[in-house]
Amino acid sequence: MDNGMYTFTNKLRNFSIFLMVVGFLGLAYGFLTAPNTVEEATALVTDAHHGEGHDEGHGAAMHDDHGNGAAADSHGEVAHGADHDDDSHGEHLLHQLQNKPWAALYVAAFFFMMIALGTLAFYAINRAAQAGWAPVLFRVMEGITAYLLPGAFIVFVILVLSGMHMNHLFIWMDPEVVAHDKLIQGKVGFLNVPGFLLRALVYIGGWSTYRYFSRKFSLAQDQATDISNHKKNFRISAGFLVFFIVTESMMSWDWIMSIDPHWFSTLFGWYVFASMFVSGITSIALITIYLKSKGYLEKVNDSHIHDLGKFMFGISIFWTYLWFSQFMLIWYSNIPEEVTYFITRIEDYNLPFFGMLVMNFIFPLLILMNSDYKRLNYFIVMAGIVILLGHYIDVFNMIMPSAVGDQWFIGIAELGGFTFFLGLFIFVVFKEISKAPLHAVGDPLMGESERFHY
Amino acid sequence: MSSNQVIHALYDDDDVLLSAVKSIREKNHHIEEVYTPFPVHGLDKALGLAETRISIMAFIYGCIGLSVAILMMNFIMIEDWPQNIGGKPSFSYLENMPAFVPIMFEMTVFFAAHLMVITFYLRSKLWPFKEAENPNPLTTDDKFLIEIELHDNEKDLKALLEKTGAIEITTIEKKGDDE
Repeated sequence: MDNGMYTFTNKLRNFSIFLMVVGFLGLAYGFLTAPNTVEEATALVTDAHHGEGHDEGHGAAMHDDHGNGAAADSHGEVAHGADHDDDSHGEHLLHQLQNKPWAALYVAAFFFMMIALGTLAFYAINRAAQAGWAPVLFRVMEGITAYLLPGAFIVFVILVLSGMHMNHLFIWMDPEVVAHDKLIQGKVGFLNVPGFLLRALVYIGGWSTYRYFSRKFSLAQDQATDISNHKKNFRISAGFLVFFIVTESMMSWDWIMSIDPHWFSTLFGWYVFASMFVSGITSIALITIYLKSKGYLEKVNDSHIHDLGKFMFGISIFWTYLWFSQFMLIWYSNIPEEVTYFITRIEDYNLPFFGMLVMNFIFPLLILMNSDYKRLNYFIVMAGIVILLGHYIDVFNMIMPSAVGDQWFIGIAELGGFTFFLGLFIFVVFKEISKAPLHAVGDPLMGESERFHY
Repeated sequence: MSSNQVIHALYDDDDVLLSAVKSIREKNHHIEEVYTPFPVHGLDKALGLAETRISIMAFIYGCIGLSVAILMMNFIMIEDWPQNIGGKPSFSYLENMPAFVPIMFEMTVFFAAHLMVITFYLRSKLWPFKEAENPNPLTTDDKFLIEIELHDNEKDLKALLEKTGAIEITTIEKKGDDE
């Protein structure tokens, strides 16, 4: 602490490893208990309908309202194209249940990768705008973005495994499905496994390259006598933002929207961006408050926290604006291909769908509206935890309905996935934070940032 | 009865003005008013003004706007003249709510904004054709003016103001309230 360095305490390290182990066990349980045959799958669902089986922590008794037939009615067309009759229903159910642990893994992997990516975008915006308030937080942001490469790599591995037909998350990867689906056939030029993986490599490569050089220049600036590193950082940040907004949008089509290959929304990229942006900013606030409570970051004052609070508040509303813009147009026009997306979610995901609106909009709106509350750490922490969980559910709602239909459940596998990646996130982020002084002394705007007050 | 004499100190920079206000208040002189061509960040705190309550009113006005919008749309679109728009018959406010959200939002903003401005006018006692109160037209251009009441301490005060960087100091006999 004397030299301004953060030490990754054994306590926190062990805690993160503990989370990873517990999460891994949860995920393993999910994979091991997934049914292998149609009979097992049907038996599982029948059991659940008789009231026994998995009911822990569910909340909404959604399953009881819908017979097995509902899955076929609402998803049959979307999921498996025209080739669908009652005999294949059991197989469809099997695919959904087999997808469950994969989807649990994927949702959590994507969510934590998204936090790092959102933080990277926020960091680049502050660099490109030469923001005067932010430099005291740069090292925290750089710590969070360290998770981007490992996090995105794990997502990439899951995508490769999907491409190898280890799961049915992306049904357009199944030649059998494509053969019977005219709509997907028309999209094969874009939705094909080699192109999909190649694009993923380009996105991840571009983001990580920017992150690598930006961190390098930022550290070099600490020792530098001139501001050439700062200028270089400014330039690559501006360039990165152009690259980012294109690749982020395409990434959201590829990695999320294509799970539902018939459905499309033109503002989906923005919508996912808003989600990752607010999650990233919230994580910066939470980690900053944590480090401050441990006696680090003495230059961070409550005006910095206030500003992060304003961003959390503002981007939460921005997210709602995009969510509603997407929802209202589709709801109003009521075009069958589009509106199935929301019908599935309202019917089968009623609680997470509307619960997410409360967590991501109404709660932060009311809690963070008052200017004084944004300066109280415990208010920011409380709102931040709800916002992060809300955006986890947002990703859950984006991915689950097409992957598992009405067989969703926040159970051991889902909680395990969340816990595992939370542990990994804490481990990677705090390790990176401990590697460099928390105070970026060389930043030419540091003086302004230190004196920053509202 | 307070004295009718006031001193006007003119400044040409907002940072100088801010530090001047601080040092004048440190010496326990009462600043009557500060005239500036634009809002100076932090001036209200430096002057020790009570925190504005306009944000509380903004919230209340917004709630009023939201309620008006809901009642209005409910009457117009549901009760008075229900129509079938885009295959969505208007028989229930809740079911048609997404269509009304833009109006609810706009009315919230409209009420909050307009009533805030009107509140500001009322509290500042401003109305059309009111004679301007600012003593020096330069304060509508690029100069800042501090007005301080005099209590037989002209010399002290002038010295202090000069030290704080005032570019012009004048003593003025103010008209009484009854004139």
